[in-house]
Amino acid sequence: MATATPTPKLNRIGLPVIEYRGGKSTLCAGCGHNAISERIIDAMFEMGVEPERVMKMSGIGCSSKSPAYFMSRSHSFNSVHGRMPSVSTGAILAQHQLTMLGVSGDGDTASIGVGQFVHLLRRNLPMIYIIEDNGVYGLTKGQFSATADIGSKLKTGVINELPAIDTCALAIQLGATFVGRSFSGDKKQLLAMLKAAIAHKGTVMLDVISPCVTFNDHEGSTKSYKFMQENDEPINEIGFVASFDEIDVDYDSGQIYDVQLHDGSNLRLRKLHEDYDPTDKANAVRTLMEAEEKNEVLTGVFYINTEKPTFIDLLGLVDEPLATLPESLTRPPKSALDALMANLQ
Amino acid sequence: MVAWYPITPSTSLIEATTDLLKKFRVTPEGKATFAVVQAEDELAAIGMVLGAGWAGARSMTSTSGPGISLMAEFSGLGYFAEIPGVIFDVQRSGPSTGLPTRTSQADLLSTAFLSHGDTKHVILLPGSVKECFEFSMAAFDLAERLQTPVFVLTDLDLGMNNWMSEPFQYPDKPLDRGKVLTAEDLNRLGGFARYRDVDGDAIGWRTLPGTRHPKAAYFTRGSGHNDAAAYTEKPDEYQAVMDRLTRKFENARTLVPAPLVIKDKSSKIGFLAYGTTDFALRESMDQIKKEYKLDVDYLRIRAFPFAHEIHDFVASHERVYVVEQDRDAQLASLLKLDLPADQVVKLRSILFYNGLPMDACSITDEFVTKEGL
Ligand SMILES: Cc1ncc(C[n+]2csc(CCOP(=O)(O)OP(=O)(O)O)c2C)c(N)n1
Ligand code: SF4
Ligand SMILES: [Mg+2]
Repeated sequence: MATATPTPKLNRIGLPVIEYRGGKSTLCAGCGHNAISERIIDAMFEMGVEPERVMKMSGIGCSSKSPAYFMSRSHSFNSVHGRMPSVSTGAILAQHQLTMLGVSGDGDTASIGVGQFVHLLRRNLPMIYIIEDNGVYGLTKGQFSATADIGSKLKTGVINELPAIDTCALAIQLGATFVGRSFSGDKKQLLAMLKAAIAHKGTVMLDVISPCVTFNDHEGSTKSYKFMQENDEPINEIGFVASFDEIDVDYDSGQIYDVQLHDGSNLRLRKLHEDYDPTDKANAVRTLMEAEEKNEVLTGVFYINTEKPTFIDLLGLVDEPLATLPESLTRPPKSALDALMANLQ
Repeated sequence: MVAWYPITPSTSLIEATTDLLKKFRVTPEGKATFAVVQAEDELAAIGMVLGAGWAGARSMTSTSGPGISLMAEFSGLGYFAEIPGVIFDVQRSGPSTGLPTRTSQADLLSTAFLSHGDTKHVILLPGSVKECFEFSMAAFDLAERLQTPVFVLTDLDLGMNNWMSEPFQYPDKPLDRGKVLTAEDLNRLGGFARYRDVDGDAIGWRTLPGTRHPKAAYFTRGSGHNDAAAYTEKPDEYQAVMDRLTRKFENARTLVPAPLVIKDKSSKIGFLAYGTTDFALRESMDQIKKEYKLDVDYLRIRAFPFAHEIHDFVASHERVYVVEQDRDAQLASLLKLDLPADQVVKLRSILFYNGLPMDACSITDEFVTKEGL
């Protein structure tokens, strides 16, 4: 007797979630990076993003391998260590109407790649930049990265004596227009953040704490599951309503902050901290600095700016992708060359 | 897409290009059909070039020796992941500040094998302002046809000094955008394998991001991949890719600008040179003819990998003088790697490397001494 197979749920472009899946992960079981891949799949599915219209970028590291484990129907570029920003810049200039999502690691971003990272932020390059942040170099077997907190301890007993780079504070200061921090284990918050990220136009920088179960998930590590579960203090609770959803938010009124994103979607932040205004740049940086002094890990959306022009706007590019412009637009006529030559005579 | 980081003597190339783009590549609505990015350094510049090339735009950068060194890692990725891009190197002398305002041809060998692992690059070697124009167009066509970074090596003498030139000719061929599959192609084919040699020319078909077909995507990586672009560490699959890359490079010998036979009157002696050495060499040949009644042959090399004509030229002469503007006989070394062992012994070097453009007397004097005239 044949049982009817349940019809899978389809998203608004008629695709089942399976069309957003990738290859089987070769990362360690329990690695935070895997959970982030799952949330990316959910967010892209729920937002009904056409997978063919996404470019997945990465550098080198366990984290940077993960684009192979989601969205096989999207083009992907696993570049070189620390250089995801430049490759992404070139790619988005060639195909600026596509959605670009990059996955980097804390080593990839905050050490070898910090120069390119800084300049990507300055340019407000339209992309979602995710740091899968475990405080260590997972792929090369657990050395400290520059986001490891001062005083944190490796399995080997080595103690980190240098201060951490706060990639969120850096991103806010340097020009990213959507900056947040989440935790790979916080499904709800991360999903809402990713969905809002998809709706935003400009550099979205998300630092996602993502414990490395093999090298950095033990007593003494400030990037472990246990530490995050005990010390994660959300700065705001996030509700996201996509432009195509009906606006029906079950939030308490009162301490809420609504942000209208570029595609008409709505990001609603319920303030847990009094007076937290995510559009106030100086306050965002101050909040992060204060948390650092108190040894707290804040999560949430720290900063949003929906006004600032993106790099594409600044360059004044045509609407069509540069990659496929017809020759009639890319090769000036013979008269142009003749005139140039005549001028040089 | 142009990405660059300022460095003498290549800056003027970008400045002139930018001026022309602003003039000729803006739509009536005032929108740009180009992008110029002043990158944070040369690593970023080449990264942007590869990103844009991968996504389907024609892309270029321009630099000089120190920048070329910084581009090493990415150049290998471009070669191995098979991504088009054009890199101009206006050569100058020495590292760091070197002799930034002096000329040289000393980047040839390091550029030919730029990067780690088994890497070799297509290099075009223009010898005049007019050839700079023509070879630039050729470089973009070749980069997309061969799906690889293509280098164009000029030098400060050619890149920065004022020259007289024949007027440039308007191209008579359309752009060659190489092998790119569209969604319609994929409908017809039902799918594709990015690195499979379906045409026997060692070049696979690629798709561009954004192509609306469920089978359009592939995963680009520098690490081991099979012909379907999937990760592999299998020895035979890895080696198959490496061997195909070799075949592709071999095929490039006939696609790059052919050498120019300046003179081949069956003298026993021949000259080989490239780039701006041409001017001094021609004058020197006149001197040699006038003073020593020797009519020496001359072939000007215009690209690497070396065309078969270069092998033939060496084979048909008893002694071949390789004239170049560097200390370590880089062109001669590159030729030695390429020529059969019995031909290698024919090569002699005439070198010039004091930072000034080579002059005819230096060539003549060295030639006369070596020939015992
Ligand atoms: C130029 C270069 N230097 C060093 C390496 C070796 N390497 C690979 S990944 C990595 C660190 C990765 O750390 P992170 O970005 O934090 O990623 P994770 O593995 O922790 O996810 C290093 C040092 C490399 N691939 N390339
Ligand atoms: S080593 Fe750490 S970062 Fe890498 S896959 Fe394993 S758990 Fe994840
Ligand atoms: Mg890490």
